[in-house]
Amino acid sequence: MLGKTAAGLFWMFRMLERSENTARLVDAGFRIALTRSAAAEAEWASVISTAGVRKGYLERYDEFNAANVIDYLLRDKDNPSSVVSAINSARTSARLVRTALTREVWEATNEGWMTIREVLKRPVSENGLPDILATIRRQNALVRGALTGTMMQNDVYNFAHLGIFIERADNTARILDVKYYVLLPSVSYVGSSLDNVQWETILRSVSAQRAYRWLSDGTANPRQIANLIILDRRMPRSLAFCAGQISEHLGFLAEAYGSEMPSHDLARAHVKRLADHSIESIFDAGLHGVLNDFIARNHALGLQIEQDYRFYG
Amino acid sequence: MANKPDFFDEMNGSGTSCRPPYASYADWFERQGAQTLKKKSKDAEVFFRRTGITFNVYGQQEADERLIPFDIVPRIISAREWSRLTRGIEQRVRAINAFLHDMYHRQEILRSGRIPVDVIAANAAFLPQMIGVEPPGGIYTHIVGIDIVRTGEDDFFVLEDNARTPSGVSYMLENRETMLRMFPELFSRVAVREVSDYPKLLRRSLAASAPRGCAGSPVVAVLTPGIHNSAYFEHAFLADEMGVELVEGQDLQLVDGRIAMRTTRGYTPIDVLYRRVDDEYLDPMSFNPDSQLGVPGLMDVYRAGGITIANAPGTGIADDKAIYSYMPDIIQFYTGESPILKNVPTWRCAEPDALAYVLEHLDELVVKEVHGSGGYGMLVGPAASKREIAAFADKLKARPANYIAQPTLALSTVPVLTKAGLAPRHVDLRPFVLVSPGKIEITPGGLTRMAMKAGSLVVNSSQGGGTKDTWVLEE
Amino acid sequence: MRVKVRHSTEYHYGQAVSRGLQKIRLTPKHSGGQEVLSWRTEIEGGRKEVAYTDQHNNLVELLSIEPGSRTVTILCEGEVDTSDTAGVIGQHGGFAPLWYFQRATPQTRPGPRVRQLVRDLGKDFDDDPSRLHALSALILKTVGYETGTTDFSTTAEQAIETGRGVCQDHAHIMIAAARLMGYPARYVSGYLVMDDRVDQDAGHAWAEVHVEGLGWVGFDVSNGVSPDPRYVRVATGLDYGEAAPISGIVYGGRNESMVVQLQVQQ
Repeated sequence: MLGKTAAGLFWMFRMLERSENTARLVDAGFRIALTRSAAAEAEWASVISTAGVRKGYLERYDEFNAANVIDYLLRDKDNPSSVVSAINSARTSARLVRTALTREVWEATNEGWMTIREVLKRPVSENGLPDILATIRRQNALVRGALTGTMMQNDVYNFAHLGIFIERADNTARILDVKYYVLLPSVSYVGSSLDNVQWETILRSVSAQRAYRWLSDGTANPRQIANLIILDRRMPRSLAFCAGQISEHLGFLAEAYGSEMPSHDLARAHVKRLADHSIESIFDAGLHGVLNDFIARNHALGLQIEQDYRFYG
Repeated sequence: MANKPDFFDEMNGSGTSCRPPYASYADWFERQGAQTLKKKSKDAEVFFRRTGITFNVYGQQEADERLIPFDIVPRIISAREWSRLTRGIEQRVRAINAFLHDMYHRQEILRSGRIPVDVIAANAAFLPQMIGVEPPGGIYTHIVGIDIVRTGEDDFFVLEDNARTPSGVSYMLENRETMLRMFPELFSRVAVREVSDYPKLLRRSLAASAPRGCAGSPVVAVLTPGIHNSAYFEHAFLADEMGVELVEGQDLQLVDGRIAMRTTRGYTPIDVLYRRVDDEYLDPMSFNPDSQLGVPGLMDVYRAGGITIANAPGTGIADDKAIYSYMPDIIQFYTGESPILKNVPTWRCAEPDALAYVLEHLDELVVKEVHGSGGYGMLVGPAASKREIAAFADKLKARPANYIAQPTLALSTVPVLTKAGLAPRHVDLRPFVLVSPGKIEITPGGLTRMAMKAGSLVVNSSQGGGTKDTWVLEE
Repeated sequence: MRVKVRHSTEYHYGQAVSRGLQKIRLTPKHSGGQEVLSWRTEIEGGRKEVAYTDQHNNLVELLSIEPGSRTVTILCEGEVDTSDTAGVIGQHGGFAPLWYFQRATPQTRPGPRVRQLVRDLGKDFDDDPSRLHALSALILKTVGYETGTTDFSTTAEQAIETGRGVCQDHAHIMIAAARLMGYPARYVSGYLVMDDRVDQDAGHAWAEVHVEGLGWVGFDVSNGVSPDPRYVRVATGLDYGEAAPISGIVYGGRNESMVVQLQVQQ
């Protein structure tokens, strides 16, 4: 496979994942704003921080309100993480790697791009928002379904998944990092109802509210929430799951290509670091520090993969 | 032109009764409801859009992707007509390859005086770097598209030879795919010859032209200028259908005396490069030094015999419009036969007598730029206003050698489905030819391009033309 | 005459080269009254990738520079037997047609100054050779030999305007004027045995013009003579660009400097 093709696949799926994560963030923010109008502004501000676009947002707007944030995150072409930018970029990558995709994957991507572009043509009303966010998630699910159902499970598949999981790990870690303080023991001790809503938002941002209900006895507990999102390998958006998947897909590549690369060592160390932790040791070490360390390592791993597999020459 | 000429309609002939090749289809068509057909027509558009069969238009804002309009009524060619066409095409393609070899070697045709030296000497399409180069297998044009028009029951003319990087074959394949999907029952009623083998034959044909030293199964790759090129869809499509890599210049590098592509596991040398990049951009060390699309050293490796470039650099000298007018002589000279397919009579404006005639008759002629393509920069006399004609006359007088002129041909029509039912539109035909050592293969079918407006003779997709599926009937 | 040549070109880069290719035309021709007895070209800090014969019958070798190099040395040496042909190389050969040698190139495109030169020359000559010798003399009179005023990219027009130049400029003017007068003409790069020294700063260049009946005839404008056995023909082309001993692309490797060591002797 061409290095450029590996790069195209990696970024195509990173960007699709990003568009979905952005939609999920908007969904969670919207939920809080609806139920607790007093907290809305702070909540939208934290959504913007989580998406990592605070600087760009403040260059354009003075205040954090629903209309501005929603527009900036869904439709703004100057915002490289907006849904529109992400799917444009994903489709451009898909065109670049057209020969590595099955017709089904390409058509799902192309159709998703056409559909999402169409629904985001005009500013989104609050009434229309839930449908549009659902559409974005559904279109992504179609691409992932076509990927799993029609593609050979070879290096194409591995690079696509490396893109998905590097992006997802980063996203989950940032969601936690922006809100880490509401999970700290000292805060939970207060036990205010605001915190419950905040916990709910975190869970919703990673689509884990249902899993959490089933796993816990129904009472919110920050320790369990942190455990689920950081260490639970059954949760498809947890840090441990993502790190494990990255290492696994690199392992398939090593097997297929018959050689190990520096990124393999990094990935194994990444997995091991999480595995060595218990939720207690994470809180002892400092949640914020652990998350920052994870984000930095995940980023470095992404760069190493790009280099090992000659993405850019 | 005072009188509007009568056009030959390929479905109805000159009269009103259906011509035999269309009989079965017409029979089926009559039994379809108008609504059903209209719906199918819409379905086809959705299908094309979803598949991403679009092309980018040069000079338009950002990456504006357009669909080429598709019409669901096929263009049908009988077995007898096709067999005559293929004999003529094969003869022409043989002559073109012989001409190219001669141009870059002893130039016997110039010595014989059949073509004036100036026509070649002053021609930018002549590539000195190809002088004395012996391409692998002696093949210059691995892929050729011959543009053919029809004016009557037995009157076929070659309008243009495309010997550089002819495009459009992906539409031939996708149009058929669409028809098969939408009207499967039609294909059990009418025996239509297959075109779907083309990518397989293309790969085999390219592989057969690998450099002499190539051991094992040749590595083939398609070189594209990138996703912003108007034909990118086709480049990706062909690479995918052949099962070979689609590369850009930045994926390639000179490694161990070969041109190799950067893969996730290191560099892999390429044996045959099917390039869709123009000569000028192939190698900044040999041609345009500013080119980012090519590979430094590609021409050197080629000249040393380390890679096959398809089509060979410098083939433009054979399809230049100035050379076109000499094609009957070229065919005669190299094959010793008379041309089977006619050339359109052509006035070379470089010749004073011809120029005088052309200036007199601008309102009835089509005037084309010698080096132009895609229908840009041409004058269609009968359709032009007095002002346009006057403006064009000035351009023509300023640089006569830059133009040729041809009579306005009464191009045949084939019905298309419009809101008001079937209506005739002018068409042309581009069959695709594959050349490999000792073998010329012509896919039974081709790209039928049609004008979208009633009466218009401009079929180029860059000028809003559309396409149809082209059927060649079994014997 | 047996001519011995040793020619090394050393490139130094202030910054390591990330990638680079050099095209060299440094092997003397086996024709026109000269015979190559022994010859080798070598590269340090790089390797030979491919070799072929180009449209002018030059042996072209493509070299790649070792990534990370700061110094690249291209060395050639050997012996050539030359004979006296009174500057006449002989009939045209090869596939490149004679009309090709009438094509103007960017460096040899005639402008007002070349045209003026041809007008000044006049037409009153007994034969082609005397006319061309007179042209050669007129060029040297108009553009005196002086190093350092022009460079490898100077055109024939610019050199006349400057009024000074080196052998390359003289050859370009000769070629431009000869083509304007209807003669096919070409550029020659090569070596010259000098009477007063062995060590030289650079190779030599002159022009060849095709004269009906005689074939190709050499004119060394700078020295006011036609080539004799002291001249070794290496590469020919429409202009410097097509006959350049070394040309290439280097990525990275800023602040390039070059040291040439050339010994030509009998």
